[in-house]
Amino acid sequence: MIIRGRCWKFGDNVDTDAIIPARYLNTTDPRELGAHCMEDVCPQFAAKVRPGDILVAGENFGCGSSREHAPVALRGAGIACVIAASFARIFFRNAINTGLPIIECPAAVVVIQEGDEVEVDIAKGLLRHLRSGRKFAIEPFPPEIRRIIEAGGLMNLVKQRVR
Amino acid sequence: MGMTITEKILAAHCGKDRVHPGQFIQAKIDFCLANDITAPLAIEEIRRAGIRKVFDPERIALIPDHFTPNKDVKSAEQVKLMREFAHEHGIRHYYEVGRCGIEHAFLPEQGLVVPGDLVIGADSHTCTYGALGAFSTGMGSTDLAAAMALGETWLRVPQSVRFRFEGRLRRWVGGKDLILFTIGQIGVSGALYRAMEFCGPVIESLSIDDRMTMCNMAIEAGAKSGIIAPDRVTEEYVAKRAQRPWRCFQSDPDATYAESHSWDVSGLEPQVAAPHLPENAKPVSEYRDVRIDQVVIGSCTNGRITDLRSAAAVLKGRKVAPPVRAIIIPATQEVYAQALREGLLEIFIAAGAAVSTPTCGPCLGGHMGVLAAGERALATTNRNFVGRMGHKDSEVYLCGPAVAAASAVTGVITHPDELGSAECQ
Repeated sequence: MIIRGRCWKFGDNVDTDAIIPARYLNTTDPRELGAHCMEDVCPQFAAKVRPGDILVAGENFGCGSSREHAPVALRGAGIACVIAASFARIFFRNAINTGLPIIECPAAVVVIQEGDEVEVDIAKGLLRHLRSGRKFAIEPFPPEIRRIIEAGGLMNLVKQRVR
Repeated sequence: MGMTITEKILAAHCGKDRVHPGQFIQAKIDFCLANDITAPLAIEEIRRAGIRKVFDPERIALIPDHFTPNKDVKSAEQVKLMREFAHEHGIRHYYEVGRCGIEHAFLPEQGLVVPGDLVIGADSHTCTYGALGAFSTGMGSTDLAAAMALGETWLRVPQSVRFRFEGRLRRWVGGKDLILFTIGQIGVSGALYRAMEFCGPVIESLSIDDRMTMCNMAIEAGAKSGIIAPDRVTEEYVAKRAQRPWRCFQSDPDATYAESHSWDVSGLEPQVAAPHLPENAKPVSEYRDVRIDQVVIGSCTNGRITDLRSAAAVLKGRKVAPPVRAIIIPATQEVYAQALREGLLEIFIAAGAAVSTPTCGPCLGGHMGVLAAGERALATTNRNFVGRMGHKDSEVYLCGPAVAAASAVTGVITHPDELGSAECQ
């Protein structure tokens, strides 16, 4: 899968209340959640984000609550992929389980600026920063996690076992 | 080479003699839970996958606590979905308002989680049960759906970090202050993916309530879990509650830790964490003239009986400052009833505080105490992120119940020792 998109840049410790404030958690609808994504820290985000955009952040992205509404809201807003220096562990699981592509690449995060375009080739493990032409290797996930991604999410594996 | 308590519990749940950090395991779970925010997504996943049966209806709890008593129509619909799902699958541990409370206070209190357990919950503060010597961790709704279907979950065995606390705590200093201090030392990603193991004479002297406060906030350092080895205090708490047999594990003396910290906390002051991260912890005396509009005492972190006793000890015979709203929320019905019997609720009401039915409510800006723009709260809750308790331009400071109560009286962040007789009425 190749993802090419324009980047939104955020800092360290982007928490789940920033990604989707708790006051909107009385729904599970991806479009509705997407409409309020990043609202409190970047009020123009939902209006200006375009399908296929990429979100770039620093350390510990998605810290805080276990709400799966966070990756759902990001996808609902049109975000194609999140690149971060590191991910909080529950968000990491939630993204993998629900099929939101995430990439841990601290070196690229330093270089990417807001509005830059990047191209991510997940199969080849390559991230290209178009403005500078620099290339970054993406560390592959362990096989146990790749298995979930390749199945198209955790529940597809569960279905196989239950049947 | 020895194993940590965490490694021993995980090994026991995946049929292995030993496990090592970094290893992926498929582990059997003893219990799992979700709430009115996270259960609906899990239920949708279960239904979409066409799964007709849960692994064991006795080992699943569905607790409506976040937006309950239902704050609006959409929240009521979410709880209705949970209720119907529980009924459909014979899940007995679904409880209506008035018969439960905040999940992480309620489940240990009811003996539904016990030492040696492996518990997963679709709520980040599931790590609370480490206080009983269980491995417990928060996950998302899809993980919970998978666990409800299989009775298993995948885990990567975490590295352990040991935190040893020496000395003797001063008056008004408790579990909340120890954990805020710890997060202040290591930062909000200081224990990312790791198990935090708390030990030492100070931990041994803590009540189960204070231990739960500490393990509850392990997630605020990025940890997978927090844990305290069971001892006599644990046995005493569990013996009268447990609904299942339990098993006590201890770390081996030669277990391996990724890091070890040891602090003498004899001089530690009550801690307060400034916006917008729990790591911004400083001694209460370093806050000068920080005016507050609201105080919240409650939550899965500090809504237990010892927390209310601590608040009442400060508020007895005193009044909440006129510009301040004080909201006190017992975490469960049992805590509420106990506080009533002990006369604590009368103290709160006489002081001019609002006492609410159990709910997570204001902690996550849901209801029962949401902040307006420019307002500032001091709360015994667990997160002070931007907009956590309401408007994005509001602020939350975190502390323990004694500081929260003292500050409610003065209207500024205050050490309980500073309350002179002048505020007594």
